[in-house]
Amino acid sequence: MTTEAASETEVKKEPEKSEEQPAAAEPDAAAQTAEPAAGDGKKEPEQPKPAGNNPAGDNPGSDQPAPDGAAPPAPGEAPQNPEAPPPTSEKKKEKEQPAGKGISRFLPPWLKRQKSQSQEPPKEAPKEGSEPPAKDGEPEQGPEGKEPTPEPQPEAKEPPPEQEEKHSIGSADTQPVKEEKAEDEEVKETEEKKAEEVKKEEEQTAKPEGKPAKSPLKLTKKMKMVVCQVAMLDGTQFSCEVEKRAKGQYLFFKVCEHLNLLEKDYFGLSFKDNADQKCWLDPTKEIKRQIRSSPWQFAFNVKFYPPDPSQLTEDITRYLLCLQLRQDIASGRLPCSFVTHALLGSFSLQAELGDHDPDEHRLDYISDFQFAPSQTKELEEKVVELHKTHRGLTPAQADAQFLENAKKLSMYGVDLHHAKDSEGVDIMLGVCANGLLIYKDRLRINRFAWPKILKISYKRSNFYIKIRPGETEQFESTVGFKLPNHRAAKKVWKVCVEHHTFFRLVTPEQPQKAKFLTLGSKFRYSGRTQAQTRQASSLIDRPAPYFERTSSKRVSRSLDGAPVVSVTDSALKPDASAPALSSPVAEENGREPGLELPSDSKSKLRVKGENIYVRHSNLMLEDLDKTQEDVLKHQASISELKRSFMESTPDPRPSQWEKRLTASPATSLRLQAQGKTPPRTEAALPDGKAEDKSADVKQKPEPGELAEVEIEETVVIEEIRKAPKAKPATPEIAAVPEVAVISAAAEKEKKEEKRRSREASTSSESHSESEEEAEYHPQVASVSVEQIKEEPEEEEKEEEEELSKETPPPAVSPAAEAPPDVTVVGKGAAVVVKEEVEEEESAENTAVPADEGQNGHPEAPPEEEEEEPRVNGDASHEAERIPQVICCSEPPVVKTEMVTISDTFAAQKTEISTKEVPIVHTETKTITYEAAQLDGSGDGEPGVLMTAQTITSESLCTTTTTHITKTLKGGLSETRIEKRIVITGDSDIDHDQALAQAIKEAKEQHPDMSVTRVVVHKETELAEEGED
Amino acid sequence: MASVRPYGHFTHAVVRGIPESFGRKAEGGETDGECETDLAKAQRQFGVLTGALRQKVGLQLIEIPPDPNLPESWRIEDVAVIQGDTALITRPWKQQRRSEAEALRRVLSELNLTVVEMGGEEGGSGGATLEGSDVLFTGKEFFVGISSHTNHRGAEVLADTFRDFAVSTVPVCGGARLKNVCSMGGPNTIVIGNSEGAKKTLRTMEQLTDHHYEVLTVPEDMAANCIYVRGASKMDFLLHRPTEECPNSAPAFQKLTDYTLLPTACSEAFKLGGVLSSFCLLINRKLQI
Repeated sequence: MTTEAASETEVKKEPEKSEEQPAAAEPDAAAQTAEPAAGDGKKEPEQPKPAGNNPAGDNPGSDQPAPDGAAPPAPGEAPQNPEAPPPTSEKKKEKEQPAGKGISRFLPPWLKRQKSQSQEPPKEAPKEGSEPPAKDGEPEQGPEGKEPTPEPQPEAKEPPPEQEEKHSIGSADTQPVKEEKAEDEEVKETEEKKAEEVKKEEEQTAKPEGKPAKSPLKLTKKMKMVVCQVAMLDGTQFSCEVEKRAKGQYLFFKVCEHLNLLEKDYFGLSFKDNADQKCWLDPTKEIKRQIRSSPWQFAFNVKFYPPDPSQLTEDITRYLLCLQLRQDIASGRLPCSFVTHALLGSFSLQAELGDHDPDEHRLDYISDFQFAPSQTKELEEKVVELHKTHRGLTPAQADAQFLENAKKLSMYGVDLHHAKDSEGVDIMLGVCANGLLIYKDRLRINRFAWPKILKISYKRSNFYIKIRPGETEQFESTVGFKLPNHRAAKKVWKVCVEHHTFFRLVTPEQPQKAKFLTLGSKFRYSGRTQAQTRQASSLIDRPAPYFERTSSKRVSRSLDGAPVVSVTDSALKPDASAPALSSPVAEENGREPGLELPSDSKSKLRVKGENIYVRHSNLMLEDLDKTQEDVLKHQASISELKRSFMESTPDPRPSQWEKRLTASPATSLRLQAQGKTPPRTEAALPDGKAEDKSADVKQKPEPGELAEVEIEETVVIEEIRKAPKAKPATPEIAAVPEVAVISAAAEKEKKEEKRRSREASTSSESHSESEEEAEYHPQVASVSVEQIKEEPEEEEKEEEEELSKETPPPAVSPAAEAPPDVTVVGKGAAVVVKEEVEEEESAENTAVPADEGQNGHPEAPPEEEEEEPRVNGDASHEAERIPQVICCSEPPVVKTEMVTISDTFAAQKTEISTKEVPIVHTETKTITYEAAQLDGSGDGEPGVLMTAQTITSESLCTTTTTHITKTLKGGLSETRIEKRIVITGDSDIDHDQALAQAIKEAKEQHPDMSVTRVVVHKETELAEEGED
Repeated sequence: MASVRPYGHFTHAVVRGIPESFGRKAEGGETDGECETDLAKAQRQFGVLTGALRQKVGLQLIEIPPDPNLPESWRIEDVAVIQGDTALITRPWKQQRRSEAEALRRVLSELNLTVVEMGGEEGGSGGATLEGSDVLFTGKEFFVGISSHTNHRGAEVLADTFRDFAVSTVPVCGGARLKNVCSMGGPNTIVIGNSEGAKKTLRTMEQLTDHHYEVLTVPEDMAANCIYVRGASKMDFLLHRPTEECPNSAPAFQKLTDYTLLPTACSEAFKLGGVLSSFCLLINRKLQI
């Protein structure tokens, strides 16, 4: 938007319009704000909805930013002509020297502030200005109108642009601040409400993010905008304002819009962490929490290198891949020979410059290009020589040739990580589409194809893969690698899970998927796996987008052509509206907003506490009615209980802790649990089968799909753990030091008992695990398959349920034939939430979350994480799912506190709790369906296990394992859902809050179901690094 | 990867004649009692081999004269690894063999190949050793047998030289060389022996590869070493050990339909651990200037 020419008249007009509208809008906004405030007291979703509906629906976090920028200018003209704003801004720019100033008029005060704070370069400012307005045009018309208006008024009144800016800035600041203050409280409440609504939003995900989300944000005005700098592949910088709490998704989609990229699943945003390590931005998580103290600088990169680029649908996608590969080659990340450097360089020249022109193209014409890490004259000559031979190739053809040659390079698409083998020898782990490669120096010394890998896990700084036994081998083997640190280990693990999900879970068995899809919303999920992406991109039927090629160094233009502008206007919309792709992609986008909202809610909900294990709490239907306040109360009570418990209990078993630290990751626990559930042993299935299932899952609702995929993998992992001894972690888990079970009435005593029981159970479990190793193998192989075949439909339903839970509560209930049992897991190390229809203790359960809050970790992330996983499922982000799949054990946990709130089934549950402590037991419960029923229902009638399903999702801090069991008792079918939520993390995370959020979500998700038990097991990390 | 094309397209073969010192150890003729070699017969067999390559297969043959001071110089395969336009001069395990490459360098330069020196990098003794008979290039990737004559560092140098390709290390059992138990029998076919060691090597290769290969298993390990060339007229030529030398493996080669089978004796060289492929370096130099 830096364009200078601007018509003053137009500018003026707009402001005026804006003024008028703003005035009207303000009242509305005020009303809205008031509403939230009123609602504050009550936690009910309804109240939040008013405020939240618009805002929440959209994107609590992300929405705000976009609207803000766009809102002011748009109000007047935008409604009528969405496109109008951009031109005006341009004109302004032209006239006014500083484009920023001109733009500033239109921008809301707070935006200006932010910019100033951020000290964005002039270039950025113009871009932002231009983009936002365009976006606003359409989106704002709908919801936004009101909020933006108030601020615009001041600006509009002041005629001269520059003066206006100043004034507006001042006024804007003040106003926003006030609003913020007033609203803050309200906001919190509203946010909470929003969080609830978020779920709804997620359901609605199909909606375009843009419009609805923006409006809400504006209303709240909390949004603090941050300017993100994104380094594009062509060397340009794309700056984009994002609400501070926006999730990675939001930014990513903005970037994709900017690029006019539809086949976006191969790409991702990366950033450098404090250690200067490149990390992938998790789309489902808040950006701020991922980058932490790092600057808001990102890079747009290829995340999954398509093995066969020729199968990409659009040239623009191939072009971007080419740019990435040129970067990889120039940096030496993709090694290749001299000849290959020359050949690839010559194709680059052909694509960028066209046919070689002897007159125009002297040797120096290629000096701007970098073809190799160290470029020699000889190489350049060779490049030119080869360039001459490409005469006639169009840029697209040259790109295709480039890719055809590049894809054959042995290191193409291999993501390398430094590690040491079991003997301390330096090696490199290479993650690629086909599996995991092990390099020593440049030599490939081992390779593990995905089908050969049963389980992927990491514990502390160790990364493990469990290998399927070969034909001549009887036992699985586990290969361990030592990484520099815990983060590195987790990073590798995540990358593995992502790659496995993306490349391996493509299911050739479409038919089944189709079934699943029919049940759920298939198309929503598209884009996550390569198969889905391909399917989605096959539907693209837009004219090939125009884009300009820029030599890597000369850069300076944005890749996209005209379309980009329009895209920006409808930033959110484009995705949704995107032609063919839209179906899957759009849905994802729609969900994004929802995701964002959760984060907000989380922050509000924050509960102190580290890891809390919530075991039993019976949540009745009443729970649903309970407001957030009630929940908070409960939490508070719980927190008290925890405190008392903490105080009373010394560290029971240091040794156990140690064991844990070393061995048990959350995943291991999960695995164990799953092991019990063997019937579902999807995990056990051979890769192919697993894939199929996963594929099915994926097809279902987006969020669910991810979860499903993960589940499959996790299941596998579980199997491994159970069966193989290799899983040292599980035993450790079992040895949870402190376990407190609180029955509704007497907490402490029960706690102690429970602890005892737990310990006993844990010990037994651990034994069982070790013993189970032998058993599991067979089960995994045979059982899983059979089960799968038999119960495909049921599973699907279950999956759907899960998904529905995650997204919209209502959906879940229907999906489950017998909604009754829902287990809600609390958190700490692991949270299992079981909801049983019969149980009345729900109230207590609600309290549980509050208790968790006690832990009082400053960071709300856990909640987000929990939500995210769900969302992920919905959103269908691979990254999110990936984490879930992965078994993560977070070593640092020192103390474990068990708080069991429940009651009727305490005894029975105790077993579970014990199990839970280890993390595994929860799943175990589900697995042992009969036992669980006895405990929960008290009927004692043996049920027929119809289906069992376990889904595990993991985010950075939170691992959610959902186990769904359907049983047939008498004529009634009962669906029991157990969720185990393990919140792990550095002290940064507010576990309590996360737990509370998780429970709340669970309830919301499954309105029809009652929460039977909430068990909170809290493990405090005494010293993380001890083992490291 | 301009150089990537299916295995077997060769235009030139570089060979080196049998010296009179054939069969004598460099140190001074300490020959195992069993290794009584017949020089004349060896030279005859060499002649048959080169004749087949030139006249039957149609390769341009470049023959380097034998050097009596280099009794093992006929095993020219060991001295260089050539892929595409690049030739890596190896660093044989035996110190006295390292001078064998001198004559070869000139030839390779004349062929306009990019010659990469391996010895120079490491310098001195402690370093990498690599012999071509431990290197199997499949057209898509390299396998380097870690044997008594080839070590990891040598393999690393190879990997550093041919960066376009995956270089995997595989174990070689029983003091043999990788090429003693396997070779390429077609663009996508690996011929492998049936010994336990060979099977182990094959398993490792299968584990490490990203590609799929057809596997032709022959009962005798010695039969697993063949020379495959895809001729100008898209004819498949396979030089393999004759029935007299490998009676049990003949049927296996009959499975290769549409192949022009060229039984080639190699009994004398085999007494010294040599195989068919030991005699030649195959090169594709159509663009020869």
